[in-house]
Amino acid sequence: MKKKVYLDYAATTPVEPQVFAAMEPFLKEKFGNPSSIHSWGQEARAAIDQSREQVANFLNCQPQEIIFTSCATESNNLALKGVIEAQKCHIIVSSIEHHGVLDTAKHLERTGAVEVTWLPVDKYGLVDPEDVKKAIKDNTALVSVGYINNEVGTIEPIAEIGKLLKSINNRVLFHTDAVQAIQFLDCDVQKLGVDLLSLSAHKFYGPKGVGVLYIRKGTPIIRQQDGGGQEHRMRAGTENVAGIVGLGAAIQSFAYAQDKLPAERVKKLRDKLIDGILAISGVQLTGHPEKRAPHIASFVVDGAEGEAMLLGLNREGIAASSGSACTTPLSKPSHVLIAMGISQELTHGSLRFSLGKQTTEQDIDYVLEKLPPIIERLREIAPK
Amino acid sequence: MKQFYSDKVLEHFENPRNIGSLPEGPDVGVGTVGNPICGDIMKIFIKVGKKDDEEYVEDVKVQTLGCGAAIATSSMATEMIKGKPLAEAEELSNQAVVEALDGLPEVKKHCSVLAAQAIKEAIEDYRQKNEN
Ligand SMILES: Cc1ncc(COP(=O)(O)O)c(C=O)c1O
Ligand code: FES
Repeated sequence: MKKKVYLDYAATTPVEPQVFAAMEPFLKEKFGNPSSIHSWGQEARAAIDQSREQVANFLNCQPQEIIFTSCATESNNLALKGVIEAQKCHIIVSSIEHHGVLDTAKHLERTGAVEVTWLPVDKYGLVDPEDVKKAIKDNTALVSVGYINNEVGTIEPIAEIGKLLKSINNRVLFHTDAVQAIQFLDCDVQKLGVDLLSLSAHKFYGPKGVGVLYIRKGTPIIRQQDGGGQEHRMRAGTENVAGIVGLGAAIQSFAYAQDKLPAERVKKLRDKLIDGILAISGVQLTGHPEKRAPHIASFVVDGAEGEAMLLGLNREGIAASSGSACTTPLSKPSHVLIAMGISQELTHGSLRFSLGKQTTEQDIDYVLEKLPPIIERLREIAPK
Repeated sequence: MKQFYSDKVLEHFENPRNIGSLPEGPDVGVGTVGNPICGDIMKIFIKVGKKDDEEYVEDVKVQTLGCGAAIATSSMATEMIKGKPLAEAEELSNQAVVEALDGLPEVKKHCSVLAAQAIKEAIEDYRQKNEN
């Protein structure tokens, strides 16, 4: 069989065997509705409670502060819209957020519910806490900055911003989308000083279709999905029991990996990949050279278009992704790269590899062997 | 499994025909067009020959910086006009190129306009050079 290399772990990860084993009974014999009072229901309820405790332990918060949602996008929507409905006002959002935050903030802006200050980033995609400070007004209700940017891997100074906000006043709420950070960085909500934090299970070897919103106790927020009283009345609808159990099992599996060996291993492979790819002429690293996620290697390639590179890589069995205008349905270049000041022309050649548990050194060698001729060929085809 | 791109598009992406350029000359027209939507560039060179007093596409070369659909359409379009009378080449439509490729995904339809446009510009360029 032809060799296949999956380097798109930032897009999604496979469900781990022990996670699947934990979930399986809840898709089969333990199928009860957690709201039912009979034994089937109680069994499902207990499983959700256990998962909630696992997540709360990991984030160093109370189980009542954890809300299970369908995914991080929903968490981001609830965090922003819910807080705004509770208090009409001004919010501060970084300009490189995932669409789950970005488009939610734009929606609120359009409806006239809020005024949004879009935080600039530097050429590495870093938010400056000083800019956050300057943007704060009397009626600022919320600041939202993602922990790790999913396109370029830059790690934002979340704890620093958290500290700053608390020192200014205790009223400005702080939200972070921690989807890409959860596996590798400290997500202790007390240390980060965040009031809201979003997660999606399928990014850390759990199932798709289940996420978390951590809501600090006392945070003024109004639920966005009305109906039953599930999830502490914060998110109506029958719980995705197997999904929630899977999320808990997945978070558990790295919660106790005291040593950060997995991060170190991935980082080493990432550096090898980065060094190898930067050896190709006309290629630039995107994102911060040091303050970057262990699993994300992202570039812009001069004179080769992103989708064409992905097609060439796919032919060799390699999965990656791109923020090129040609890869998006709306044909717009990545807002992240544009906010970082990268020229529209260069964003055309954006390429991202994201590494994971199953990535081996052989995989990296294979990519380093296959990528240069793909780029070379596309450059030959291009106008000089 | 339904693929994003047809086999034909993939085949032309892998082995694009008529890639390259032609030396400048009075019998060569050049057309360069950029896609305002996503920033792709296509450059087509057409060498015009004469057969029984009729002008025809004696040779055609293309250079493309763009997505898989842009590369495949430039390949297919050049193949479709090579050897054809100039008047016929000028009439080549996006739709005809898309059909010859067994279709393009809806979000990629805008890529197909480049090739036909570049061909028209190249022919126009040739005509301007040979006006008097
Ligand atoms: C930083 C970040 N936030 C949010 C999401 C959205 O995750 P989901 O589609 O599971 O809601 C992603 C996934 O791409 C992400 O990388
Ligand atoms: S030309 Fe850019 S999407 Fe095809």
